[in-house]
Amino acid sequence: MPPSRDVFGRQGLTLGLDLKGGSYLVYQANLTGYAPADRKGVMDGMKAVIEKRVNALGITEPIVQVQNQGEEWAIAIQLPGISDVERAKELIGRVGILEFRAQNETGQWIPASGTVNGQDLTLTSRYLKGNTYVSVDQLGAPILIFEWDDTGRQLSEQITGRLIGKPLGIFLDGESLRGADGNPIAPIVKSVISDTGQIEGLSLKDAQDLSTTLNYGRLEVPLGHWEGTDGSAVFVPEAPLYEKTVGATLGADSIQKSLLAGEIGVVVLLLFMILYYRLPGVIACLSLGVYGTLMLAIFKLFAITLTLPGVAAFILSLGMAVDANVLIFERMKEELRAGRTAGAAVEAGFSRAWPAIRDSNITTFIACIVLFWFGGAMGAFMVRGFAITLFIGVALSMFTAIIVTRTFLRLIMVSRLASKPAAYGVSQ
Amino acid sequence: MIDFVGKKRWFFLASAIVTLVGIVCLAVFGLKAGTDFVGGTAITFHFSEPVEQSQLREEMTSLGYGGATIQNLGAPSGEGLFLVHLGEVSSAQADELAKALGGALGCEVTVEDFYSALPTVGMKTAQDAGIAVAIAAVAMLIYIAWAFRRMPNPFRWGTCAVIALVHDVFIVVAVFSILGWLAGVEIDALFITGLLAVVGYSINNTVVIFDRIRENTSKHISSDFAQTVNSSIVETLGRSLNTALTTLFVLVAMFLFGGATIHYFVLVLLLGVAIGIYTSICISGELLVVWEKREWGRLFSRVPVAR
Repeated sequence: MPPSRDVFGRQGLTLGLDLKGGSYLVYQANLTGYAPADRKGVMDGMKAVIEKRVNALGITEPIVQVQNQGEEWAIAIQLPGISDVERAKELIGRVGILEFRAQNETGQWIPASGTVNGQDLTLTSRYLKGNTYVSVDQLGAPILIFEWDDTGRQLSEQITGRLIGKPLGIFLDGESLRGADGNPIAPIVKSVISDTGQIEGLSLKDAQDLSTTLNYGRLEVPLGHWEGTDGSAVFVPEAPLYEKTVGATLGADSIQKSLLAGEIGVVVLLLFMILYYRLPGVIACLSLGVYGTLMLAIFKLFAITLTLPGVAAFILSLGMAVDANVLIFERMKEELRAGRTAGAAVEAGFSRAWPAIRDSNITTFIACIVLFWFGGAMGAFMVRGFAITLFIGVALSMFTAIIVTRTFLRLIMVSRLASKPAAYGVSQ
Repeated sequence: MIDFVGKKRWFFLASAIVTLVGIVCLAVFGLKAGTDFVGGTAITFHFSEPVEQSQLREEMTSLGYGGATIQNLGAPSGEGLFLVHLGEVSSAQADELAKALGGALGCEVTVEDFYSALPTVGMKTAQDAGIAVAIAAVAMLIYIAWAFRRMPNPFRWGTCAVIALVHDVFIVVAVFSILGWLAGVEIDALFITGLLAVVGYSINNTVVIFDRIRENTSKHISSDFAQTVNSSIVETLGRSLNTALTTLFVLVAMFLFGGATIHYFVLVLLLGVAIGIYTSICISGELLVVWEKREWGRLFSRVPVAR
């Protein structure tokens, strides 16, 4: 019997989000002001930053993709096995500019600036070296330690020199950085900060996320989604266009049940084939076994993502593989009833059945191509998986029916059993 | 030999009635659009104790979510599993709601599945779906017309195949309209996927039968086209039924024993395959006969119509 049991083993198979459990987020990018030719470059840069941020969360195999339809650019993020989606969204959505501000006479916070090489510059995370890290002080509270580059050091010395005894405000993306107690972080400057400094009062998670953000760079454009129609569209930052989280347990339960059900169905199918078509039925079973094994081999080899609809597509294409065999066998039966010898019936069966197989499968290919295009619409990654699985399945089914089945049949032609019409279910 | 072509009036009548009922259902109940199409949030709640849908609705209303749609996904005994469709809600709010429900109903409630989309995405998905089906149908029509180009009037062949196809898709959609009204079953991107799969699969049968008609026509087995078509249908009957049966075995098994997430998706495929076999045997070939022999007039004259 074909090795259908452990070929469904999950080692080496790339599973889709619906089978692994996890989150799928789609953010649009606000690219107003960027020339169309530059947009792809910006998006690719953003993708790199987000990949690093997401990796820092400790998620295995996250997938970050840039999506583009006409004028719209978006980033789609798959986070398998994630437990804290809110934290991920915060980390992904923020642009990531840390800014140091001082209070003016009226108590307002304005960006603190200094002069380097004759230029007026504000002190931001742009001048940090990318080696920020989180440590703990003697009491065990987390501290964020950062290091300035040359320009940053000069600015920092000028600014903190001016602000001794006064508060230095720390702002993230325009908003005051808040500590674990919820209060804004604005420490009083005790001494001049030149090379390294530290930020205290953050919660451990916030410190780690901020460190990640500072090290991997800021996002060039804000992420969020557009609301409203083209003319009066308003960009809402940090909120994803699309968010879907699948619990891992639901996924695991579903896959177990569905695979078992599928296997039961396949066994019934194989029994039917043998009962109705006798000898060719057995060959069809072998052929289908080859088909199933090849399908899984292709999936593992090319790391094609398997989703639950993909499993259904596999089943459908199995039905088509059977169909091709059935077409050939029915044809063979007819030829036998018409009085041909077994050998001639086999050959005639194949050649006469071919136009039907070809035409019907091509129409299915057309549906697959349309499905693949439809899956290109945002958020429909499962549809794409289905389309690819169905396409490969149908193509492979044609191959196994024509070549594998025919080879098996020709091989057994030598035995006397094969030349009796009764072996094919035809009474004479 | 069964005379399929001879009974074509009955088949057409049956299809016409079912189509009419389908139109009425769609007009009256419409389709229950899921989050993919109207936006909003869909949350799957898992309850550690069995919960009645009415209880859940009461609690949701008292918590301020009275307008929510609730669908029972069917959990193993001793537990509850419900899909709730709300307006825009954040995942943090969903967790709060789970806690509140747990407190009110006296059991443990967890958020198994959380899905939030904005209406703009949904509209686009709906449009894309419609365009996808249309493009697929036209592409298939053209291919069939080309594949059967040596036959007289190849475009009729393509058109008859596509009419049967549209009929299949329509009936599946109508069935889900009824299910939406009866059990709150929602239409989502997976449903569209299933429909497109049906489009791809059900055309298969029709093409195989047409292929036999083509062969028999070339062999001139009968001077009467109706006879030729009927013989073709009967000759391929074994294959048509076997293929449908084999696919149905697996689909029925998955429908009865498979997981909750693709339950209705498998139903779409099931219905599509079953109805597809019916139309390919009883409708497409017969349509071709009527067209070739220009019997449209005679077809309607026998329909009992009050004069």
